[in-house]
Amino acid sequence: MFKLENVKFKDILEIDNLFIQDKLITAILGSSGGGKTTFLKLLNNMISADSGNIYYKDQEIEEYNPVELRRKVVMLAQEPQIFKGTIKDNFKITEEITCKQYSEDKVYKNLLEKVSLNKDLFEDASKLSGGERQRLALARVMLLEPETLLLDEPSASLDLETEDLIIKMVANYVKKNDRTLIMVTHNPHVAEEYADEIINIEQGKLVDQK
Amino acid sequence: MENAIVDIHLMQLVLAYIFVVILLFIVRKKNIGNESEIILASIRMTIQLIAIGFLLDYVFANQNPFFSVLILLVMETFAVYNIYGRVDGEISSELKGIIAVSMFSGTLIAIMFFLLGVIGLEPWYRADYFIPLSGMLIGNSMTGISLGVNHLVNGFKDNKRLIENYLMLGAEPSKAVEEINKKAFYNAILPTINSMMGMGIVFLPGMMTGQILAGASPLTAIRYQIAIMMGILGSVTLTVFFMVNRGSKTFFNKRKQLKENNK
Repeated sequence: MFKLENVKFKDILEIDNLFIQDKLITAILGSSGGGKTTFLKLLNNMISADSGNIYYKDQEIEEYNPVELRRKVVMLAQEPQIFKGTIKDNFKITEEITCKQYSEDKVYKNLLEKVSLNKDLFEDASKLSGGERQRLALARVMLLEPETLLLDEPSASLDLETEDLIIKMVANYVKKNDRTLIMVTHNPHVAEEYADEIINIEQGKLVDQK
Repeated sequence: MENAIVDIHLMQLVLAYIFVVILLFIVRKKNIGNESEIILASIRMTIQLIAIGFLLDYVFANQNPFFSVLILLVMETFAVYNIYGRVDGEISSELKGIIAVSMFSGTLIAIMFFLLGVIGLEPWYRADYFIPLSGMLIGNSMTGISLGVNHLVNGFKDNKRLIENYLMLGAEPSKAVEEINKKAFYNAILPTINSMMGMGIVFLPGMMTGQILAGASPLTAIRYQIAIMMGILGSVTLTVFFMVNRGSKTFFNKRKQLKENNK
């Protein structure tokens, strides 16, 4: 699915050769500041490599329309930003910015259930706690039904329990819906528990893949 | 009623500088410490106005389209550099270019429409109308764009993560910056709107005051004032609209990525 050849980004990341498989959960493991988030951003063209090639489904990433690529390969940031307004507004804005038709309320409610966010659609989204925001952000991503989901390590401000819950939800979602998940974590136990493949990146270099 | 202008003699003018002396006295007494700036501002204002007085006197007496256009270009260029100087921090050369193009195009459209369409100036370059009226449109647009650029630059700085989040979800950059653009535009035109709100009640605008002092009937003066306010509003709106819409694009590269450093 993703193929990287001699990819270099500043002094942050340098990967000679890497292949990530379709419809699996791949964990990117490594200590913080090692280039993991940069790696994810390269995959959905939020940034471009200085040299080398990245292929998505056999096509060079730089040949894709970047916006269309990002709608297929959606990234969930470490600290997702919640849009102004209600929970429903957050869903509607997500659909609006990706040129989708608005869904019915039951679709939104169903998504909230999937991420175990027991809230009313008309509740003010800015009043949600850190973990609830992360879950709403995840529900927004699910609404887009991406082919591939890039999950950056949830913010350090979340407690371990909530972090684990979110990863579990994402993992269940991708398995049930036959999607691909590439997630960043510094926790080897999380990687072992959920991932089909583990890629180890340390100080910007690929250490091993298993 | 006597309509002649009350002339100010040189000695009377010197008397007016007593206000600067009072200000300097207060500043020194309170140890505020920017006396040199006040003195410099007073001297600059005096020299600049004397120079422009003689220049305009010559230009008005020798009506010529070349002079009018030249002075317009000098005003535009000065305004553009003034905007660059007023921006917090550094801005990219691309954004500087957009500012210059927006200033020139927006004000020129408004000036031409206003002078030829609304006032019906003949000949079009009649310097005693062309220069002061253009100056008012350019000056107000300069303030508008300065505010707009600052709000735009700070909007990008403060909302970097939010913009990135929009892009990560697959939004076009134009969607990702919609709110920032709206805010920058609104804040840039706000002073013009506010000044229109208070006009005639809170204060009498400069041009109207000048015309009344020069002997014009208040009813004629208000007509000009209303027209110039509409001209200013049009000019500020056009220049800021161009600048915000084109300017916000300079923060992204061709791959629709947020530039790390927009310099």
